Amino acid sequence: MSLEQFKNRSVGTQTYKMVDYEPTPDTGMGRFQRVVSRTFRGELFVGLYVTMREMINALFGGGMHTTKYPFEKLPISPRYRAIHDMLRLLESGHYRCIGCGLCEKICISDCIKMDTRYDENQRKEVTEYTINFGRCIFCGYCAEVCPELAIVHGQRYETASEQRASFSIFDDMLTPKDALGQQQEFDGFGAVSPNADDNIKKTPLAY
Amino acid sequence: MEIAVLPEVTSAGVIIKAIIILAIISAVAGFGTYLERKVLAFMQRRLGPMHVGPFGLLQIAADGIKLFTKEDIVPQNANKLIFQIAPSITAATAFIALAAVPVFPDFTIPEWIPLLGGVFVPSIAADINVGVLFILGMMAAGLYGPLLAGMAQANKWGIIGSARTAIQFLSYEVVTGLSILAPIMLVGSLSLVDFNEYQTGGFASWMVWQQPVAFILFLIAGFAETNRTPFDLLENEAEVISGYATEYSGMRWGMFFIGEYANMITVSVIAAVMFMGGYNDLGFIAGWLIVILKIAFIFFLMLWVRASWPHIRPDQLMWLCWKVLMPIAVINIVITGFVMMV
Repeated sequence: MSLEQFKNRSVGTQTYKMVDYEPTPDTGMGRFQRVVSRTFRGELFVGLYVTMREMINALFGGGMHTTKYPFEKLPISPRYRAIHDMLRLLESGHYRCIGCGLCEKICISDCIKMDTRYDENQRKEVTEYTINFGRCIFCGYCAEVCPELAIVHGQRYETASEQRASFSIFDDMLTPKDALGQQQEFDGFGAVSPNADDNIKKTPLAY
Repeated sequence: MEIAVLPEVTSAGVIIKAIIILAIISAVAGFGTYLERKVLAFMQRRLGPMHVGPFGLLQIAADGIKLFTKEDIVPQNANKLIFQIAPSITAATAFIALAAVPVFPDFTIPEWIPLLGGVFVPSIAADINVGVLFILGMMAAGLYGPLLAGMAQANKWGIIGSARTAIQFLSYEVVTGLSILAPIMLVGSLSLVDFNEYQTGGFASWMVWQQPVAFILFLIAGFAETNRTPFDLLENEAEVISGYATEYSGMRWGMFFIGEYANMITVSVIAAVMFMGGYNDLGFIAGWLIVILKIAFIFFLMLWVRASWPHIRPDQLMWLCWKVLMPIAVINIVITGFVMMV
């Protein structure tokens, strides 16, 4: 199935197969005939065939569907809002945050706390920056409001913890200086996931 | 069996065979849970148990340790005595039924084995002349387990479960008895050893070809007898939580399931011995091997059906048993009788 077919939402032009419901018989003889025809139509054996086909396909045809989760991971969508990342400027390596405070203002669960000062070059410098992930609802407003694309949502979704609340400070979220080359640019909200072409065929809506 | 053996050897042999049956069948029943989970998983394109041991084989041990060490809770308003003995009824009757079931051909223990070498072993614990009747009676008595368990536990789901046990029992037991009456008429004996002797003539002499209707009826009734999926009314989770097993935990709960799996094995053995040629050699394949393959196929069929078919309502079960299967069984008996007379 191609993408064009998938995007076609106009109901009338698609080839639907109408289910042919027989009228319910009124007489005892009619009901008896229906039972007999259903019994000998062999639909039960079609059911048996389907499960056997799936089993052979799973075992020998590579159709096994399981992802062994802790050992294998599926790529997640760029839209996914996981633990925040603080990005650096690629040219200078300096962090992008200009200390404007918009994320702190817009945060609806009031979990971002930041403190800034002017450094010796009269530039805003971030002295304190924490996100309380016990409170954060991962709404994504902070990333959306950020004028510098400094705070984005990253890919770390395994956030189970033994503490009720866990905090993250600026340096933990900041791209390490030596890993600047591996820094992932945020594709933006609405970007498709890297394996979108594979997934679109598996969507139940597709058939 | 006409080979003379010392009486003290036979009585000791019966005890040894009883112990072997108990040990092997409970081990195989445990292994059956593993097989069921694996087969169901494959049919749903999953992997099943994978992490305990190679391919998850030691999952049985993990489950066993869990069941043995779990706290055994008796509900406050339950009838404590009945609640506690009900699981053992299910498990015990399932094993007792196996006493009259022959699985392998008779054999002689090789001479080089110390102490027992050269002893002739008839592969049945008790070749009683009412074998089939005894097995059916014991499996029917096994239904007292769920019945009493459901009524003793002071739980509405348990009551519904035991009510369903009663209707299921009343429905299928008639079909089981009538369906194998026609083969019994042909063989002229109730002993399963005689059933096996009747089918010595290779593939063409199997009882299935003479009594196909009886075979299908027996399979359907056997599924009902072992509470397998098209007829798993007693403990259907979506409707009655766990039915009769709702309040059970730990090893008492485990005994119900050992009994259920032992019953599955019994039904598989009866179907293999009574209808599918038993443990006679088939061509070049030895009898003991072919009977294991037959039993394994019937067992697999039960898992296969569970993965494929939806289950039916209690009223549909009664409708099926009383209005469809029982008349067919009676007609089958009448036709068999006419054919034998002519």
